[in-house]
Amino acid sequence: MGIPLDQILVQTVNGLVSGMILALVASGLTLIFGIMDVVNFAHGDLLMLGAYTGSGVFLTTGNFWAALVVAVIVIGVLGAAIQVTALRPLLGRDPLTTILATFGMSLVIQNYALWQWGPSARNITEPIGGQFTLFYLEYPFYRILIALLSGAIIGGLWLFMKYGTYGIWIRATTQDRVMASAMGIPVPTVHAVVFAIGAGMAAASGVLFAPLVGVTQTIGIDFTLRAFVVVVVGGMGNLGGSILASIFVSLLESYASLFVSPAQAVIVSFVVLVITLLFRPTGLFVPTPK
Amino acid sequence: MLALKDVHAHYAKSHVLHGVSIDVGPGEVVGLLGRNGVGKSTTLKTVMGLVRATSGAITFDGRSLVGRATHSLPALGIAYVPEDRRIFRLLTVLENLRTGLDRRGVSAERRDSLLEKVYRHFPVLRERRDQAGGTLSGGEQQMLAIARAMMLEPRIILLDEPTEGLMPRMVGQIREIIELLHGEGVAILLVEQNVPLTLAVSERVYIMEKGAVRHHAPASELRANDAVIHQYLGV
Amino acid sequence: MTSRTGPSPAYWIGFAVVVGLLAVVPLGLPEFWRRFVTEILIWGLLAMSLDILIGYTGMVSFGHSAFFGLGMYGAAAALLTVRPPSLWLAILYGLVAAGLVAMFVAYFSTRLRDIYFAITTLVFSQIFYVIIFTWTEVTGGENGLAFSQPPFSIPGLVSARFTSTTLHWFVLAVVALSYLTLRRITQSPFGMVLQSIRENEPRTRAIGYPVERYKIVAVMLSGLFAGLAGVLYAVQNRFAAPDFVFFLISGEVVIFTVLGGMGTLVGPVVGAASFFMLREVLSRYFTQYYLIPVGIIFVLMVIFMPRGLLGVFRRRLNA
Repeated sequence: MGIPLDQILVQTVNGLVSGMILALVASGLTLIFGIMDVVNFAHGDLLMLGAYTGSGVFLTTGNFWAALVVAVIVIGVLGAAIQVTALRPLLGRDPLTTILATFGMSLVIQNYALWQWGPSARNITEPIGGQFTLFYLEYPFYRILIALLSGAIIGGLWLFMKYGTYGIWIRATTQDRVMASAMGIPVPTVHAVVFAIGAGMAAASGVLFAPLVGVTQTIGIDFTLRAFVVVVVGGMGNLGGSILASIFVSLLESYASLFVSPAQAVIVSFVVLVITLLFRPTGLFVPTPK
Repeated sequence: MLALKDVHAHYAKSHVLHGVSIDVGPGEVVGLLGRNGVGKSTTLKTVMGLVRATSGAITFDGRSLVGRATHSLPALGIAYVPEDRRIFRLLTVLENLRTGLDRRGVSAERRDSLLEKVYRHFPVLRERRDQAGGTLSGGEQQMLAIARAMMLEPRIILLDEPTEGLMPRMVGQIREIIELLHGEGVAILLVEQNVPLTLAVSERVYIMEKGAVRHHAPASELRANDAVIHQYLGV
Repeated sequence: MTSRTGPSPAYWIGFAVVVGLLAVVPLGLPEFWRRFVTEILIWGLLAMSLDILIGYTGMVSFGHSAFFGLGMYGAAAALLTVRPPSLWLAILYGLVAAGLVAMFVAYFSTRLRDIYFAITTLVFSQIFYVIIFTWTEVTGGENGLAFSQPPFSIPGLVSARFTSTTLHWFVLAVVALSYLTLRRITQSPFGMVLQSIRENEPRTRAIGYPVERYKIVAVMLSGLFAGLAGVLYAVQNRFAAPDFVFFLISGEVVIFTVLGGMGTLVGPVVGAASFFMLREVLSRYFTQYYLIPVGIIFVLMVIFMPRGLLGVFRRRLNA
């Protein structure tokens, strides 16, 4: 084939980095889906809104970390508000109605962003500059930092779900909503909190991603579409599966971009989806159901 | 303490409770007997707000429970152990207990002593504490369901057919735990098919038929004269 | 089950009046509004095709832009490669393209239910979007393909260039015939099975119907009519562009269907009309941001009026 080893290694690093970002986007989506059976069509829009909020904070404070924290909180609260107003009334109805409702919210947010911020891009500067030499390439440290931060946020979510009181409440609510409320767990609040966490994670991905591409209305679209693929490939609602699938798909895309243009490399993830549907419709990275 | 007055309830379009009136005093164990499908479980669900009472009054310490959110009841001192146990199957035994334990205002010492208490009474739960609830046997799941309710430190437990499908040895254990709770001053509204157990542990017994209470007597009276039991339950 | 006595005379009178009005009204309208009405009919047909899935089978497709877009590109292929350009060949090519894509999508996505189905259809439509967008040599990439409008011709009889009025009549005829066909299908035993899948899929399977096969056929049928709408749109506007394969189009069509009333066939057409009317009115106040109020109205409809504008008449509309 004649692809030099160093190119393959560079693409491996690239794939792992974008895999971690994708995993962050997908885990917010998976969380909301796994727990409430709601596919959040507005996830990418919350990501975008998070990036804009972050850029606003960055403009006034000049501090990346303040931008990250404020964006997560603001979008988290917004997520909870969306859940309470648009989704709570749909509880107990056909789950398809929730897709429609979040789709409607997505329209509103998209056009609000266009109206509020216009078409020109905004910037957030990365908190650490500098690069290191990776074979023939000057590789920015910030990319590595994104991957690590994404990993840290996902890890934090996992610990929270595993050991935190609210994590236990959330899992109990997922399994048996009625019994959870009989145990005194405030189920409506739990749902709002789950949505807030998912929205906050979307915002975090938006802010982390912003220094790489600039903040525009389309910042979330590529990642959201791939996040949907990953969520299906990983076994819907399965957090670990989504993360593995994110890395798997991103690595494949990275390697594919050695041969085709990046725009076409996206198709790789779609091919993975088709293959998954064909052979393991329950997801590639989950144990075979008995 | 808990009082139902002329409670009616509907499932979809069918009228399932036709004016049920029941009283449970503080620390009292009250049995609710009747054949399958006469509305015993529905009565408990109606108290918990899982089935809506269409008319009548349900009060606890004089406060109305009708229309109150289910999740606010444990804070008043009401715990519920449903008929099918409904433990959280994917949560570990300890996590199941924590759903009732992680409440506001429970100190660390209090938590430890509550856990210690149920582990003492149900040693098997200590052994299995890190095992998923769904992997327990039926009897163990029943223990867990009761233990989980005890974590709420309730003043009354609504106990729905705790001995259903259990081996005789387990039934003995359930009886012990009911007596223990009684000794601690916890009131129990016990729905059962097991007549001897109910008569043994209860102070008073209500007998239901076709969605209404048909008979009400002290347990001692029914123990002495089982004609009524024959009439309504055919045993 | 409905007895097959056929539609009542009242139904046919209503049908004739509506079609007659739609045929006559544009004559009195200025050019812009005439095109506007024609366009509503085309989008209405697309929404009607989606209704077969959402309203009758209970499957929400977020990938109808793929079928619509492939219809457009199929028509483009016929009009650019075959001389002289033929309207009928454009329709044929468009239907074949949309049908093939629908077969492909149906085969894979019907393996999943509910939300999973919605997501996979969305993802598939994006696959086609990316292919069309990047395959510049064949599809014209971002710019799409432009071509001239084919004349209306019946060999040996007539061959005439379309005016905006005759094009409107042609579109109206196609949409009306499609409606009658779809209505017939939804009332056939096949349509009954689809509705029983919507009401209770496990039970339908238990009775012994091969549910997957029914779903595949439903998606293909829906895709064909969506492709037909795509052909009409391409002929009206003389171009095919990747924007029309993008999933936002799918989303808009879902809005038309929900707005107008799922499971009514005519509801989606009314939905499309109300959407465009809303757009005209709201864009006076909100300029290009009219989708903000539209989105809010849509969410409110989903919550408070899930059966849509015509949902109340669901039973009576097609009797």
